[in-house]
Amino acid sequence: MSLTTPIYLDYSATTPVDPRVAEKMIPYLTKIFGNPASRSHSFGWAAEKAVEEAREEVARLVNADSREIVWTSGATESNNLAIKGAAHFYSGTKGKHIITVATEHKAVIDPVRELEREGFEATFLNPEPNGLIDIEKFKAAIRPDTVLASVMFVNNEIGVIQDIEAIGNICRENNIIFHVDAAQATGKVEIDLEKLPVDLMSFSAHKTYGPKGIGALYVRRKPRIRIEAQMHGGGHERGMRSGTLPTHQIVGMGEAFRIAREEMKQENERILRLRNRLLQGLVSIDEVYVNGDIEKRVPHNLNISFNFVEGESLIMAVKDIAVSSGSACTSASLEPSYVLRALGRSDELAHSSIRFSIGRFTTEEEIDYTVSLMKNKIGKLRELSPLWEMHLDGVDLSKVEWAAH
Amino acid sequence: MAYSDKVIDHYENPRNVGSLDKSDPNVGTGMVGAPACGDVMKLQIKVNDSGIIEDAKFKTYGCGSAIASSSLVTEWLKGKTLDQAAEIKNSAIAEELALPPVKIHCSVLAEDAIKAAVADLKAKQPMNKETV
Amino acid sequence: MQINKAYFDHNATTALDPRVLEAMIPYLSRQNGNPASRHWFGRMSRQAIDHAREQVANAVEAHPSQIVFTSGGTESNNLAIRGISTLGNGQAIAVSAIEHPCVMNPAKGLQKHGIKVNTIDVDENGKVIVDSLLEKLKTPTGLVSVILANNETGVIQNIDSIAQIARDHHALVHTDAVQALGKIDIDFNALHVHAMTLSSHKINGPHGVGALVIDKRVDLIAQMLGGGQERGLRSGTENLAAIVGFGAACELLKYERLEHAASIKSLRDALEIGLRNLGARIFGVAAERLPNTSFFAFEGIDGETLVMAMDRKGYAVASGSACSSDSTEPSHVLLAMGIQPDMARGAIRVSLSSTNSMEEIESFLTALANEISRFKQLTAIAV
Repeated sequence: MSLTTPIYLDYSATTPVDPRVAEKMIPYLTKIFGNPASRSHSFGWAAEKAVEEAREEVARLVNADSREIVWTSGATESNNLAIKGAAHFYSGTKGKHIITVATEHKAVIDPVRELEREGFEATFLNPEPNGLIDIEKFKAAIRPDTVLASVMFVNNEIGVIQDIEAIGNICRENNIIFHVDAAQATGKVEIDLEKLPVDLMSFSAHKTYGPKGIGALYVRRKPRIRIEAQMHGGGHERGMRSGTLPTHQIVGMGEAFRIAREEMKQENERILRLRNRLLQGLVSIDEVYVNGDIEKRVPHNLNISFNFVEGESLIMAVKDIAVSSGSACTSASLEPSYVLRALGRSDELAHSSIRFSIGRFTTEEEIDYTVSLMKNKIGKLRELSPLWEMHLDGVDLSKVEWAAH
Repeated sequence: MAYSDKVIDHYENPRNVGSLDKSDPNVGTGMVGAPACGDVMKLQIKVNDSGIIEDAKFKTYGCGSAIASSSLVTEWLKGKTLDQAAEIKNSAIAEELALPPVKIHCSVLAEDAIKAAVADLKAKQPMNKETV
Repeated sequence: MQINKAYFDHNATTALDPRVLEAMIPYLSRQNGNPASRHWFGRMSRQAIDHAREQVANAVEAHPSQIVFTSGGTESNNLAIRGISTLGNGQAIAVSAIEHPCVMNPAKGLQKHGIKVNTIDVDENGKVIVDSLLEKLKTPTGLVSVILANNETGVIQNIDSIAQIARDHHALVHTDAVQALGKIDIDFNALHVHAMTLSSHKINGPHGVGALVIDKRVDLIAQMLGGGQERGLRSGTENLAAIVGFGAACELLKYERLEHAASIKSLRDALEIGLRNLGARIFGVAAERLPNTSFFAFEGIDGETLVMAMDRKGYAVASGSACSSDSTEPSHVLLAMGIQPDMARGAIRVSLSSTNSMEEIESFLTALANEISRFKQLTAIAV
């Protein structure tokens, strides 16, 4: 056995940097270190050329024009810039209502909450129990003063893929700026911004085998979308985002997105096979529930609740595999996942959920190890669980009157 | 969350996991907590004819500290009288397991489970019924 | 063909120290968790960030809990200006006339929110005029922001006394210490400011990371919202490798800064003797300056043209700051010092580091002398 534990199954939290990406970055850390804004000497020119080539690569993955790509420090900044930047720019002409979804990432929800404090109004749509948005409900939420809608492409916790094209068309018809958080989508689903009616789209490098600390925002040119800058200074990125560009990180993101474009198809097939192997292994355990639609979903993600075992003890039990319970950004807290609760899952099932996310370096051996580990540990925890015992005795737990503690 | 070695030991090798016959007049059962709160503890004690606890079993749905707290008290309970059992305090459990402040409620739950099991047993036993 | 190039633009950006790269490589090449994750990979990343936070804090005599990591100096300055100015005592913000655009522009942006922006004047050497500061503080002021060492002239301000005056007027104080870090000693507490901006790529650390050092009694308002990283003050997955590199670069400063400062200053002084002989005017020369920076101009010679000519000869120098290299506007720093626009337009900045040598200075002066005489001939013919 060549397995080393812990086994990394948390690719949705962050991916390792692909060795090819790291290799491409290193010269820009050591040899070509000019400030791309230094127009007066060749050190700066070499850096600028590399930045523009990377911009081209990012644009190619999503079939956009490189002039539509604005560098940021990551998807959080892209989301903040898109939401606050567009809301502020267009609120005067269109209005102050925003539509988003209860299962968005915090980096979308929190800026929208901030806008609410500034006097905007927001509708947080609840998705269907499978995690997908009902288009009719989206339509019904639209008001004459709706200025902006923000819907994520692929959910970070449950991996479901929203119908961005349909939602985008509705936004177009109603003259609503449409932002899409695609941090979890790049390299996993086809994105064609020439066809998709999307105005603003957020990207991250470190979810697609690039470095942390770099991301991008797509800002459509035709029809031209305007945003108010959130960071002011030297006027970099055509005034939309000031700050010295971190050349090596940008080069890394460009290379990561090039690899994603070239290898996505084969990679997704391989990952789907692994995911299905994991799924088959885990659903052979009694009383497990897959969270989120299993069809309209990226192959990388499997989110499962294990009934009658408690979430924290579950995480303790599976320390040989690195997985998330809920999203990485909130896993420091003991609150059950707000995403799963929005799907209507009980607190208990939300607590006892595990997100397995599979990636480029996952092996079949690792999947098999994981399945046998889960079977073993779930068995042990259930042996300990009074709830499991009651369930086996035929007690309907929902009818039990629990002493409030 | 950093668990103490004792918590990890009890979590990985829980003592006295299992169930006793609920209908046995010498068995007291205490079930406390609620699934929605993230903890349910079932604690059972069995007394011999001289009123000494000769066996204790538990099942717990909860975090590592909750499992360790209930595992620990099953060890402590054996050999004690019901009155001695009822004197076990949550602070002693928390201290023994070096529970962090956010996990003190696990020890409280274990104390509650003991009290509930003792009360259940006393309610079952005719001698005690008379004194009520 | 240019084989040996001399890099004289260290105030724009510096080369990564190989030892910093070495510290970063593990975080670029092996599996690294998201520092927010609770599993082993996440905990390892969290520990690396905690360590870097201590290294950065040590470099400026601050406490690790006072460090907020950001994407760089621009973000730190924006966070400070936008996140603090609405606190404190006032409807106004006062900034010096020689601030970097990433202080100046967010300050101007606040006007939209009804906050008045006052500009503190500087004297002919680029030092803040205390009477001007006092005058501006007659308006109740929430925040005073003054750059510790100017990026163009290298002139160092008496921040501690400026801070005391501001505090006496119930204003909070921020300083942009991006250029000062690594070139002079910085003691966050002794400066008596509430917030201070730092950047990694000016001290042989990687691009894409910086910090805001913040007095925790100040209720900084976060500008980037989301996952709640950096105690909620700056959301976004931490730039792990770059943060580790920033920490390592700070660690090196501790041991090497003093060792290098004297030799860099002697290079700069030799340069300036040569420049004076060529008839240059050196700006801010009477004030205390960073030991590595020289900002100068030649009467009647366009700086941009000279910079390009020098680049072709293999010397990377700057005209004004890199951020505004795009524009042909004269340096706002020099204008604030009362320099005539024509003269200011001709300004050239040389900024040195320990990697430069006396040979480079000497050959630069020779090349410069040739270019200047060539320009003078051209101008003479044109006339």
